[in-house]
Amino acid sequence: MHSEVTVTVNGAPVVVLSGTTVAVAIVMAGQACRRSVSGEPRGPLCGMGICFECCVAINGNRHVRSCQVLCEQGMEVATEKCIDE
Amino acid sequence: MAAAACAAECGVRVGMVDDNPSMGGQIWRGESDGQHNPDASKWVQRVRRSGAAVLCGWRVVHQPEEGVLLAENLGGFCELKYGKLVLAPGARERFLPFPGWTLPNVMGAGGLQAMVKCGLPIRGKRVIVAGTGPLLLAVADYLRKHGAEIPVICEQACWRSLAKFGLALVSWPAKIVQGIRLKFDLAGVPLAANSWPLAAHGEKTVERVTVSRAGRVEDIPCDYLACGFHLVPNIELPLLLGCAVGNGCVQVNEFQETTSSSVFCAGEPSSIGGVELALIEGQIAGLAAAGRTREARAWFEKRKKARGFAQLLDRTFRLRTELKSLSLPETVVCRCEDVSYLRLRQHTCWRSAKLHTRCGMGSCQGRVCGPMTQFLFEWKPDSVRPPVFPARVESLAALARQWEGQHTAK
Repeated sequence: MHSEVTVTVNGAPVVVLSGTTVAVAIVMAGQACRRSVSGEPRGPLCGMGICFECCVAINGNRHVRSCQVLCEQGMEVATEKCIDE
Repeated sequence: MAAAACAAECGVRVGMVDDNPSMGGQIWRGESDGQHNPDASKWVQRVRRSGAAVLCGWRVVHQPEEGVLLAENLGGFCELKYGKLVLAPGARERFLPFPGWTLPNVMGAGGLQAMVKCGLPIRGKRVIVAGTGPLLLAVADYLRKHGAEIPVICEQACWRSLAKFGLALVSWPAKIVQGIRLKFDLAGVPLAANSWPLAAHGEKTVERVTVSRAGRVEDIPCDYLACGFHLVPNIELPLLLGCAVGNGCVQVNEFQETTSSSVFCAGEPSSIGGVELALIEGQIAGLAAAGRTREARAWFEKRKKARGFAQLLDRTFRLRTELKSLSLPETVVCRCEDVSYLRLRQHTCWRSAKLHTRCGMGSCQGRVCGPMTQFLFEWKPDSVRPPVFPARVESLAALARQWEGQHTAK
Protein backbone atom coordinates (compact mmCIF):
# COMPACT_ATOMS: atom_id res chain seq x y z
CA MET A 1 0.00 0.00 0.00
CA HIS A 2 2.88 2.36 0.83
CA SER A 3 4.90 3.76 -2.05
CA GLU A 4 8.33 5.36 -1.76
CA VAL A 5 8.94 9.08 -1.84
CA THR A 6 12.30 10.83 -2.19
CA VAL A 7 12.94 14.19 -0.54
CA THR A 8 16.21 16.03 -0.05
CA VAL A 9 17.44 17.14 3.36
CA ASN A 10 20.13 19.82 2.99
CA GLY A 11 20.65 18.56 -0.55
CA ALA A 12 21.08 14.86 0.34
CA PRO A 13 18.35 12.51 -0.88
CA VAL A 14 16.32 10.56 1.73
CA VAL A 15 13.93 7.81 0.68
CA VAL A 16 10.88 7.36 2.90
CA LEU A 17 7.51 5.63 2.69
CA SER A 18 4.54 7.79 1.74
CA GLY A 19 2.78 9.05 4.86
CA THR A 20 6.11 9.87 6.53
CA THR A 21 6.43 13.34 8.04
CA VAL A 22 9.30 15.66 7.14
CA ALA A 23 10.48 15.61 10.79
CA VAL A 24 11.01 11.86 10.51
CA ALA A 25 12.97 12.26 7.26
CA ILE A 26 15.26 14.77 9.00
CA VAL A 27 15.92 12.42 11.94
CA MET A 28 16.54 9.57 9.46
CA ALA A 29 19.08 11.79 7.69
CA GLY A 30 20.85 12.24 11.05
CA GLN A 31 20.37 16.00 10.98
CA ALA A 32 19.30 18.40 13.71
CA CYS A 33 16.30 20.54 12.74
CA ARG A 34 17.54 23.83 14.09
CA ARG A 35 20.14 25.60 16.21
CA SER A 36 18.83 27.18 19.40
CA VAL A 37 19.52 30.85 20.11
CA SER A 38 22.70 29.84 21.94
CA GLY A 39 23.73 27.40 19.20
CA GLU A 40 22.62 24.00 20.58
CA PRO A 41 21.45 21.48 17.99
CA ARG A 42 17.76 20.61 18.44
CA GLY A 43 15.51 17.90 17.13
CA PRO A 44 11.78 17.17 17.41
CA LEU A 45 10.47 17.03 20.99
CA CYS A 46 6.69 16.81 21.02
CA GLY A 47 6.02 15.26 17.61
CA MET A 48 2.63 16.95 17.52
CA GLY A 49 3.02 20.55 16.47
CA ILE A 50 3.32 22.15 19.90
CA CYS A 51 7.01 22.77 20.61
CA PHE A 52 8.28 24.27 17.31
CA GLU A 53 11.68 22.57 17.80
CA CYS A 54 11.34 20.83 14.43
CA CYS A 55 10.92 24.02 12.39
CA VAL A 56 12.76 23.98 9.06
CA ALA A 57 12.43 25.45 5.57
CA ILE A 58 10.35 23.34 3.19
CA ASN A 59 10.56 24.28 -0.50
CA GLY A 60 11.86 27.66 0.59
CA ASN A 61 9.02 28.26 3.08
CA ARG A 62 10.78 29.03 6.35
CA HIS A 63 9.74 28.25 9.92
CA VAL A 64 7.47 25.32 9.06
CA ARG A 65 6.81 22.66 11.71
CA SER A 66 8.19 19.60 9.97
CA CYS A 67 6.26 17.16 12.18
CA GLN A 68 2.99 18.45 10.73
CA VAL A 69 3.92 18.09 7.06
CA LEU A 70 3.96 14.87 5.04
CA CYS A 71 6.85 14.20 2.65
CA GLU A 72 6.08 14.73 -1.04
CA GLN A 73 8.17 13.62 -3.99
CA GLY A 74 10.98 16.08 -4.69
CA MET A 75 10.40 18.19 -1.58
CA GLU A 76 13.45 20.27 -0.62
CA VAL A 77 14.05 20.48 3.08
CA ALA A 78 16.69 22.76 4.59
CA THR A 79 17.47 22.70 8.30
CA GLU A 80 18.30 25.97 9.99
CA LYS A 81 22.00 25.24 10.12
CA CYS A 82 22.03 24.86 6.36
CA ILE A 83 20.06 28.08 5.75
CA ASP A 84 22.46 30.12 7.86
CA GLU A 85 25.52 28.68 6.17
CA MET B 1 -14.44 13.59 15.35
CA ALA B 2 -17.29 12.39 17.58
CA ALA B 3 -18.74 15.90 17.79
CA ALA B 4 -18.45 16.49 14.03
CA ALA B 5 -20.00 13.13 13.13
CA CYS B 6 -22.88 13.43 15.63
CA ALA B 7 -23.72 17.01 14.66
CA ALA B 8 -23.56 16.27 10.92
CA GLU B 9 -25.76 13.19 11.36
CA CYS B 10 -28.41 15.54 12.80
CA GLY B 11 -28.51 17.29 9.44
CA VAL B 12 -26.70 20.51 10.31
CA ARG B 13 -23.83 21.82 8.18
CA VAL B 14 -20.54 20.83 9.80
CA GLY B 15 -16.91 21.65 9.05
CA MET B 16 -14.09 19.97 10.96
CA VAL B 17 -10.76 21.82 11.12
CA ASP B 18 -7.68 19.87 12.19
CA ASP B 19 -4.11 21.11 12.62
CA ASN B 20 -2.75 17.66 11.78
CA PRO B 21 -2.19 16.22 8.31
CA SER B 22 -4.91 13.62 8.91
CA MET B 23 -7.81 13.29 11.33
CA GLY B 24 -7.74 11.18 14.50
CA GLY B 25 -5.76 13.34 16.89
CA GLN B 26 -2.35 12.56 18.33
CA ILE B 27 -2.90 8.92 19.17
CA TRP B 28 -5.06 7.59 16.37
CA ARG B 29 -3.44 9.75 13.68
CA GLY B 30 -5.98 8.84 11.00
CA GLU B 31 -4.75 7.33 7.83
CA SER B 32 -1.03 7.85 8.36
CA ASP B 33 -1.07 5.07 10.96
CA GLY B 34 -0.93 1.72 9.22
CA GLN B 35 -1.91 0.02 12.47
CA HIS B 36 -5.65 0.11 11.85
CA ASN B 37 -7.03 0.58 15.31
CA PRO B 38 -10.63 -0.68 14.89
CA ASP B 39 -12.13 2.16 16.97
CA ALA B 40 -10.14 4.71 14.99
CA SER B 41 -11.28 3.39 11.61
CA LYS B 42 -14.86 3.21 12.89
CA TRP B 43 -14.81 6.92 13.74
CA VAL B 44 -12.92 7.96 10.61
CA GLN B 45 -15.55 6.21 8.50
CA ARG B 46 -18.39 7.66 10.56
CA VAL B 47 -17.05 11.19 10.02
CA ARG B 48 -16.71 10.54 6.27
CA ARG B 49 -20.25 9.13 6.00
CA SER B 50 -21.72 11.94 8.10
CA GLY B 51 -21.13 14.50 5.36
CA ALA B 52 -19.02 16.79 7.56
CA ALA B 53 -16.48 18.76 5.51
CA VAL B 54 -12.98 17.91 6.74
CA LEU B 55 -10.13 20.43 6.56
CA CYS B 56 -6.82 18.85 7.64
CA GLY B 57 -3.54 20.73 7.95
CA TRP B 58 -5.29 23.96 8.94
CA ARG B 59 -4.69 25.59 12.30
CA VAL B 60 -6.83 28.26 13.87
CA VAL B 61 -4.70 31.24 14.88
CA HIS B 62 -7.16 33.98 15.73
CA GLN B 63 -10.79 35.02 16.13
CA PRO B 64 -10.98 38.42 14.43
CA GLU B 65 -14.64 38.84 15.43
CA GLU B 66 -17.30 36.75 17.12
CA GLY B 67 -18.39 33.88 14.89
CA VAL B 68 -15.32 34.05 12.63
CA LEU B 69 -12.05 32.15 12.94
CA LEU B 70 -8.87 32.81 11.02
CA ALA B 71 -7.08 29.62 9.97
CA GLU B 72 -3.79 29.06 8.18
CA ASN B 73 -2.28 26.21 6.23
CA LEU B 74 1.04 25.90 4.40
CA GLY B 75 -0.21 27.82 1.38
CA GLY B 76 -2.36 30.57 2.82
CA PHE B 77 -5.19 31.49 5.14
CA CYS B 78 -8.98 31.50 5.24
CA GLU B 79 -11.82 32.77 7.37
CA LEU B 80 -14.26 30.28 8.81
CA LYS B 81 -17.70 31.45 9.91
CA TYR B 82 -19.67 29.53 12.51
CA GLY B 83 -22.96 29.58 14.36
CA LYS B 84 -21.88 27.01 16.95
CA LEU B 85 -18.33 25.96 17.67
CA VAL B 86 -17.06 22.78 19.31
CA LEU B 87 -13.45 23.00 20.46
CA ALA B 88 -11.48 19.79 20.87
CA PRO B 89 -7.83 20.89 20.95
CA GLY B 90 -6.70 17.89 22.99
CA ALA B 91 -3.74 17.78 25.32
CA ARG B 92 0.02 17.88 25.10
CA GLU B 93 2.68 16.20 27.19
CA ARG B 94 4.13 17.85 30.25
CA PHE B 95 7.90 18.07 30.05
CA LEU B 96 10.25 18.65 32.95
CA PRO B 97 13.77 19.96 32.61
CA PHE B 98 16.84 17.93 33.61
CA PRO B 99 20.42 18.19 32.37
CA GLY B 100 20.60 17.02 28.76
CA TRP B 101 16.88 17.05 28.05
CA THR B 102 17.43 19.37 25.07
CA LEU B 103 19.65 16.84 23.25
CA PRO B 104 18.27 15.57 19.92
CA ASN B 105 16.52 12.17 20.29
CA VAL B 106 15.24 13.06 23.74
CA MET B 107 11.53 13.32 22.93
CA GLY B 108 8.17 13.13 24.61
CA ALA B 109 6.84 9.62 25.20
CA GLY B 110 3.81 10.36 23.06
CA GLY B 111 6.16 12.41 20.88
CA LEU B 112 8.35 9.45 19.98
CA GLN B 113 5.29 7.27 19.44
CA ALA B 114 3.89 9.92 17.10
CA MET B 115 7.19 9.98 15.19
CA VAL B 116 7.18 6.19 14.85
CA LYS B 117 3.56 6.30 13.67
CA CYS B 118 4.71 8.84 11.10
CA GLY B 119 7.39 6.54 9.71
CA LEU B 120 10.42 6.67 12.05
CA PRO B 121 12.18 3.27 11.94
CA ILE B 122 12.59 2.04 15.51
CA ARG B 123 13.49 -1.64 15.01
CA GLY B 124 16.59 -2.58 17.01
CA LYS B 125 16.81 0.81 18.73
CA ARG B 126 17.15 1.05 22.50
CA VAL B 127 14.51 3.34 23.98
CA ILE B 128 14.31 4.33 27.64
CA VAL B 129 10.74 5.29 28.50
CA ALA B 130 10.42 7.64 31.46
CA GLY B 131 8.10 10.08 33.18
CA THR B 132 4.65 9.35 34.51
CA GLY B 133 1.17 8.30 33.46
CA PRO B 134 -0.56 5.42 31.72
CA LEU B 135 0.80 6.66 28.39
CA LEU B 136 4.25 5.31 29.30
CA LEU B 137 3.02 1.70 29.26
CA ALA B 138 1.09 2.18 26.06
CA VAL B 139 4.10 3.79 24.37
CA ALA B 140 6.53 1.11 25.58
CA ASP B 141 4.16 -1.57 24.34
CA TYR B 142 3.78 0.11 20.95
CA LEU B 143 7.52 0.65 20.49
CA ARG B 144 8.32 -2.93 21.48
CA LYS B 145 5.81 -4.28 19.02
CA HIS B 146 7.67 -2.29 16.38
CA GLY B 147 10.97 -3.90 17.27
CA ALA B 148 12.44 -1.46 19.79
CA GLU B 149 14.31 -2.70 22.82
CA ILE B 150 13.10 -1.12 26.07
CA PRO B 151 15.80 -1.41 28.79
CA VAL B 152 13.51 0.12 31.42
CA ILE B 153 10.31 2.09 32.00
CA CYS B 154 10.92 4.68 34.74
CA GLU B 155 7.65 5.69 36.41
CA GLN B 156 7.95 8.42 39.04
CA ALA B 157 4.81 7.32 40.94
CA CYS B 158 5.34 4.91 43.83
CA TRP B 159 4.27 1.26 43.83
CA ARG B 160 1.59 2.01 46.40
CA SER B 161 -0.29 4.45 44.18
CA LEU B 162 0.26 2.21 41.15
CA ALA B 163 -1.18 -0.73 43.08
CA LYS B 164 -4.16 1.37 44.19
CA PHE B 165 -4.59 2.42 40.57
CA GLY B 166 -4.54 -1.22 39.48
CA LEU B 167 -7.18 -2.16 42.06
CA ALA B 168 -9.37 0.79 41.18
CA LEU B 169 -9.27 -0.20 37.50
CA VAL B 170 -11.67 -3.03 38.37
CA SER B 171 -14.51 -0.51 38.30
CA TRP B 172 -13.73 0.28 34.66
CA PRO B 173 -14.09 -2.99 32.78
CA ALA B 174 -12.76 -1.80 29.42
CA LYS B 175 -9.74 -0.29 31.12
CA ILE B 176 -8.85 -3.39 33.11
CA VAL B 177 -8.83 -5.47 29.97
CA GLN B 178 -6.50 -2.90 28.45
CA GLY B 179 -4.36 -2.94 31.60
CA ILE B 180 -4.02 -6.71 31.76
CA ARG B 181 -3.24 -6.93 28.07
CA LEU B 182 -0.56 -4.28 28.38
CA LYS B 183 1.00 -5.97 31.38
CA PHE B 184 1.00 -9.26 29.58
CA ASP B 185 2.43 -7.74 26.42
CA LEU B 186 5.14 -5.99 28.39
CA ALA B 187 6.33 -9.14 30.16
CA GLY B 188 10.10 -8.94 30.30
CA VAL B 189 10.26 -5.14 30.26
CA PRO B 190 11.25 -3.89 33.71
CA LEU B 191 8.77 -1.33 34.99
CA ALA B 192 10.53 0.62 37.74
CA ALA B 193 8.37 2.68 40.08
CA ASN B 194 9.86 5.51 42.18
CA SER B 195 12.18 6.12 39.21
CA TRP B 196 12.98 9.11 37.05
CA PRO B 197 15.69 10.46 34.73
CA LEU B 198 18.49 12.52 36.32
CA ALA B 199 20.46 13.46 33.21
CA ALA B 200 20.81 12.64 29.51
CA HIS B 201 24.29 12.50 28.00
CA GLY B 202 25.59 12.41 24.45
CA GLU B 203 27.70 14.15 21.84
CA LYS B 204 25.33 14.91 18.98
CA THR B 205 22.32 12.93 20.15
CA VAL B 206 21.46 11.16 23.40
CA GLU B 207 23.73 8.15 24.07
CA ARG B 208 23.00 7.27 27.69
CA VAL B 209 20.74 8.35 30.50
CA THR B 210 21.42 8.50 34.22
CA VAL B 211 18.30 7.44 36.09
CA SER B 212 17.33 7.26 39.71
CA ARG B 213 15.87 3.77 39.90
CA ALA B 214 14.05 3.21 43.17
CA GLY B 215 16.76 5.11 45.02
CA ARG B 216 19.76 3.70 43.11
CA VAL B 217 21.58 5.74 40.48
CA GLU B 218 22.18 3.88 37.21
CA ASP B 219 23.64 4.73 33.82
CA ILE B 220 21.78 3.15 30.91
CA PRO B 221 22.88 3.35 27.25
CA CYS B 222 20.17 4.15 24.69
CA ASP B 223 19.36 5.57 21.25
CA TYR B 224 16.25 7.47 22.34
CA LEU B 225 14.81 8.75 25.59
CA ALA B 226 11.01 8.96 25.47
CA CYS B 227 10.05 11.11 28.41
CA GLY B 228 6.73 12.70 29.32
CA PHE B 229 5.16 13.60 32.65
CA HIS B 230 1.48 13.00 31.96
CA LEU B 231 -0.62 15.50 30.04
CA VAL B 232 -1.56 19.18 30.07
CA PRO B 233 -4.79 20.37 28.42
CA ASN B 234 -4.42 22.66 25.40
CA ILE B 235 -6.45 25.59 26.69
CA GLU B 236 -4.92 28.41 24.63
CA LEU B 237 -7.61 28.52 21.94
CA PRO B 238 -10.50 28.26 24.45
CA LEU B 239 -8.87 31.08 26.46
CA LEU B 240 -8.57 33.21 23.34
CA LEU B 241 -12.31 32.74 22.73
CA GLY B 242 -13.04 33.91 26.25
CA CYS B 243 -13.91 30.54 27.82
CA ALA B 244 -13.50 30.46 31.59
CA VAL B 245 -10.83 28.11 32.93
CA GLY B 246 -10.60 26.65 36.41
CA ASN B 247 -7.84 24.40 37.78
CA GLY B 248 -6.17 24.44 34.36
CA CYS B 249 -9.24 23.00 32.61
CA VAL B 250 -11.95 24.61 30.50
CA GLN B 251 -15.18 24.97 32.48
CA VAL B 252 -18.21 23.44 30.81
CA ASN B 253 -21.86 22.89 31.73
CA GLU B 254 -23.68 19.56 31.46
CA PHE B 255 -23.93 19.95 27.67
CA GLN B 256 -20.19 20.66 27.37
CA GLU B 257 -20.97 24.33 26.66
CA THR B 258 -18.33 26.78 27.84
CA THR B 259 -18.95 30.15 29.46
CA SER B 260 -18.48 31.70 26.01
CA SER B 261 -21.82 31.65 24.20
CA SER B 262 -22.25 29.10 21.38
CA VAL B 263 -18.81 27.63 22.14
CA PHE B 264 -18.60 24.01 23.33
CA CYS B 265 -15.55 22.08 24.43
CA ALA B 266 -14.91 18.33 24.52
CA GLY B 267 -12.09 16.00 25.43
CA GLU B 268 -8.89 16.60 27.35
CA PRO B 269 -9.24 20.40 27.77
CA SER B 270 -12.24 19.90 30.04
CA SER B 271 -10.56 17.03 31.96
CA ILE B 272 -7.68 14.66 31.21
CA GLY B 273 -9.58 11.38 30.97
CA GLY B 274 -8.45 9.57 27.84
CA VAL B 275 -10.18 8.51 24.67
CA GLU B 276 -13.36 7.05 26.21
CA LEU B 277 -14.27 10.24 28.02
CA ALA B 278 -13.28 12.36 25.02
CA LEU B 279 -15.59 10.39 22.70
CA ILE B 280 -18.52 10.66 25.13
CA GLU B 281 -17.96 14.38 25.62
CA GLY B 282 -17.60 14.87 21.87
CA GLN B 283 -20.91 13.17 21.21
CA ILE B 284 -22.64 15.24 23.89
CA ALA B 285 -21.13 18.46 22.51
CA GLY B 286 -21.98 17.59 18.89
CA LEU B 287 -25.57 16.66 19.71
CA ALA B 288 -26.08 19.69 21.97
CA ALA B 289 -24.59 22.05 19.36
CA ALA B 290 -27.06 20.63 16.84
CA GLY B 291 -29.89 21.30 19.29
CA ARG B 292 -30.54 17.66 20.22
CA THR B 293 -30.30 18.06 23.97
CA ARG B 294 -32.51 15.06 24.71
CA GLU B 295 -30.20 12.69 22.83
CA ALA B 296 -27.18 14.35 24.43
CA ARG B 297 -28.62 13.65 27.87
CA ALA B 298 -28.54 9.91 27.17
CA TRP B 299 -24.73 10.04 27.49
CA PHE B 300 -24.61 11.75 30.89
CA GLU B 301 -24.45 8.57 32.98
CA LYS B 302 -21.56 7.14 30.95
CA ARG B 303 -19.72 10.44 31.17
CA LYS B 304 -20.03 10.47 34.94
CA LYS B 305 -18.31 7.12 35.14
CA ALA B 306 -15.57 8.07 32.69
CA ARG B 307 -14.90 11.26 34.66
CA GLY B 308 -14.21 9.13 37.72
CA PHE B 309 -11.34 7.62 35.76
CA ALA B 310 -9.99 11.12 35.08
CA GLN B 311 -9.90 11.82 38.82
CA LEU B 312 -8.15 8.52 39.47
CA LEU B 313 -5.46 9.39 36.89
CA ASP B 314 -4.95 12.72 38.55
CA ARG B 315 -4.46 11.15 41.99
CA THR B 316 -2.18 8.34 40.85
CA PHE B 317 0.22 10.30 38.70
CA ARG B 318 0.64 13.44 40.78
CA LEU B 319 4.23 14.67 40.42
CA ARG B 320 6.59 14.15 43.37
CA THR B 321 8.51 17.16 44.69
CA GLU B 322 11.93 15.57 44.03
CA LEU B 323 11.31 16.29 40.34
CA LYS B 324 11.52 20.02 41.07
CA SER B 325 15.23 19.77 41.79
CA LEU B 326 16.50 17.88 38.72
CA SER B 327 17.81 21.03 37.00
CA LEU B 328 21.33 22.36 37.39
CA PRO B 329 21.69 26.17 37.38
CA GLU B 330 22.68 26.11 33.69
CA THR B 331 19.94 23.69 32.57
CA VAL B 332 17.77 25.21 29.86
CA VAL B 333 14.12 25.49 30.88
CA CYS B 334 12.70 27.60 28.03
CA ARG B 335 13.90 25.87 24.86
CA CYS B 336 12.76 28.55 22.43
CA GLU B 337 14.83 31.29 24.06
CA ASP B 338 17.44 29.19 25.92
CA VAL B 339 16.60 30.56 29.36
CA SER B 340 18.37 28.72 32.15
CA TYR B 341 17.00 27.53 35.47
CA LEU B 342 19.32 29.96 37.27
CA ARG B 343 17.98 32.99 35.41
CA LEU B 344 14.37 31.97 36.06
CA ARG B 345 14.95 31.33 39.74
CA GLN B 346 15.65 35.02 40.22
CA HIS B 347 12.04 35.89 39.38
CA THR B 348 8.90 35.61 41.44
CA CYS B 349 6.26 35.30 38.74
CA TRP B 350 5.71 34.30 35.11
CA ARG B 351 5.24 37.89 33.98
CA SER B 352 8.47 39.10 35.52
CA ALA B 353 10.34 36.13 34.03
CA LYS B 354 8.84 36.84 30.61
CA LEU B 355 9.70 40.52 30.68
CA HIS B 356 13.28 40.03 31.86
CA THR B 357 14.37 36.76 30.27
CA ARG B 358 12.00 36.23 27.28
CA CYS B 359 10.98 32.91 28.85
CA GLY B 360 7.77 31.75 27.16
CA MET B 361 8.00 34.37 24.43
CA GLY B 362 9.45 32.18 21.69
CA SER B 363 7.69 30.20 18.99
CA CYS B 364 5.87 27.80 21.31
CA GLN B 365 4.51 30.75 23.30
CA GLY B 366 5.07 29.05 26.62
CA ARG B 367 3.33 25.80 25.70
CA VAL B 368 6.37 23.79 26.83
CA CYS B 369 7.90 25.94 29.57
CA GLY B 370 4.60 27.31 30.94
CA PRO B 371 3.39 24.07 32.55
CA MET B 372 6.97 23.43 33.61
CA THR B 373 7.37 26.69 35.53
CA GLN B 374 3.92 26.13 36.97
CA PHE B 375 5.25 22.95 38.58
CA LEU B 376 8.78 24.19 39.38
CA PHE B 377 7.94 27.63 40.76
CA GLU B 378 4.14 27.56 41.08
CA TRP B 379 3.83 30.41 38.60
CA LYS B 380 0.48 31.08 36.99
CA PRO B 381 0.42 31.83 33.26
CA ASP B 382 -1.04 35.15 32.04
CA SER B 383 -3.83 35.67 29.59
CA VAL B 384 -3.50 34.46 26.00
CA ARG B 385 -3.14 36.99 23.21
CA PRO B 386 -3.82 36.61 19.51
CA PRO B 387 -2.49 35.12 17.33
CA VAL B 388 -2.70 31.96 19.44
CA PHE B 389 -0.09 30.27 17.19
CA PRO B 390 2.70 32.01 15.27
CA ALA B 391 0.99 33.29 12.11
CA ARG B 392 2.30 34.59 8.81
CA VAL B 393 2.48 38.34 8.35
CA GLU B 394 0.37 38.10 5.18
CA SER B 395 -2.58 36.61 7.10
CA LEU B 396 -2.42 39.32 9.74
CA ALA B 397 -1.93 42.04 7.13
CA ALA B 398 -5.01 40.86 5.23
CA LEU B 399 -7.02 41.06 8.45
CA ALA B 400 -5.75 44.56 9.12
CA ARG B 401 -6.68 45.64 5.57
CA GLN B 402 -10.14 44.22 6.01
CA TRP B 403 -10.57 45.93 9.34
CA GLU B 404 -9.45 49.24 7.86
CA GLY B 405 -11.82 48.79 4.92
CA GLN B 406 -14.77 48.17 7.22
CA HIS B 407 -14.01 51.11 9.44
CA THR B 408 -13.35 53.66 6.73
CA ALA B 409 -16.56 52.61 4.94
CA LYS B 410 -18.52 53.60 8.06
